[in-house]
Amino acid sequence: MSMPVPVLDQLWVYLSASPLLHLLVTFLAFMGASYLNRLLGGTPFLHPVVLTIVLIIAFLTLTDTDYATYFEGAQFIHFLLGPATVALAIPLYDYRERVRRMLVPILLSCVAGIVTAVTSAVGVAMLMGASRETVLTLSPKSVTSPIAMGIVEKLGGIPSLAAGVVLITGSLGCALGPVIFRLVRVRDPSVQGFTMGLAAHGFGTAYSFSSIGAAAGAFAGLAMGLTGLLTAFILPPLVHLFGI
Amino acid sequence: MPLIAGMSVLLGCQFLGEILVHGLQLPVPGPVVGMVVLLVGLMINGRVPAGLRTSGEGLLRYLTLLFVPAGVGIMVHFDLIKAEFWPIIVTLVVSTALTLAVTAKVMSWLMRSVPKDPRDEWREKRP
Repeated sequence: MSMPVPVLDQLWVYLSASPLLHLLVTFLAFMGASYLNRLLGGTPFLHPVVLTIVLIIAFLTLTDTDYATYFEGAQFIHFLLGPATVALAIPLYDYRERVRRMLVPILLSCVAGIVTAVTSAVGVAMLMGASRETVLTLSPKSVTSPIAMGIVEKLGGIPSLAAGVVLITGSLGCALGPVIFRLVRVRDPSVQGFTMGLAAHGFGTAYSFSSIGAAAGAFAGLAMGLTGLLTAFILPPLVHLFGI
Repeated sequence: MPLIAGMSVLLGCQFLGEILVHGLQLPVPGPVVGMVVLLVGLMINGRVPAGLRTSGEGLLRYLTLLFVPAGVGIMVHFDLIKAEFWPIIVTLVVSTALTLAVTAKVMSWLMRSVPKDPRDEWREKRP
């Protein structure tokens, strides 16, 4: 009866090296997190994505698995992010009339939002005594990660830290969004969606689809694309105003 | 088959987006340009084909799940974040809250002059 232990051991070595395990872990963690969130009355402070990420990191730490091994399995889910981003054109097309009517408010509030995001990030970071590299790395925090990493690289920051900063910003946006909207008394779903997409990129867009509605999702996707595009041009001169 | 056709349209637009980004050295990711390509295509076509809508909306329904693999990547950056933990966390909380408040307030203020479309009402109620 001493057989099962080495067999289990070998099985674990085999399974943990195949993409199957971590693909399954991702799905199970997501279902568990969604269930837990519903159980807690849908509280924004434990958004399913954030909770899923925490659960998976806990699992990987416990099983002593590195991120590269996890990603072997999870890449199949990650890959769908590309076509899903393209699919954002569908709700945008459905709401094209409203977008056309709101074109001037959209462009002006996008610029206002970007200027606020960049100046407040750089200003607070400098006040907190962050190093020059960290200040530069924090500046494009609201932008979707590939764009943020590109901007940070050009400015002389730390691109890999930028990726982490963008992820935290996305999670924070999902948690703070509903609270802020109540504080400033903004109820219009298009405005809420647009704001979430601008401040919290893809996380905010996903949040808008799942928690506000289709119109909010459409405007969030629009804001995410527009903010990424405009920030690439507005940010460098804005950061230079701070003399860093 | 319509589902496969819809998925092919999405992947095709992403492919075109990647080509444009690399060819023109654009500072944006390929899928974002692919979104613009699809939007232009839908404008020309004048309607969303059923298969494309099924596969596209199916993906968007689970958009939060699709961010999980990238999100778990935060574990790689723990050491970098730990080095300047408080400046980073305080900056992100304050700046994200300010960005949300200012954008929402500015946009709803600018929207006062935009006439309401009565059709928006039932669109909102559509599941």
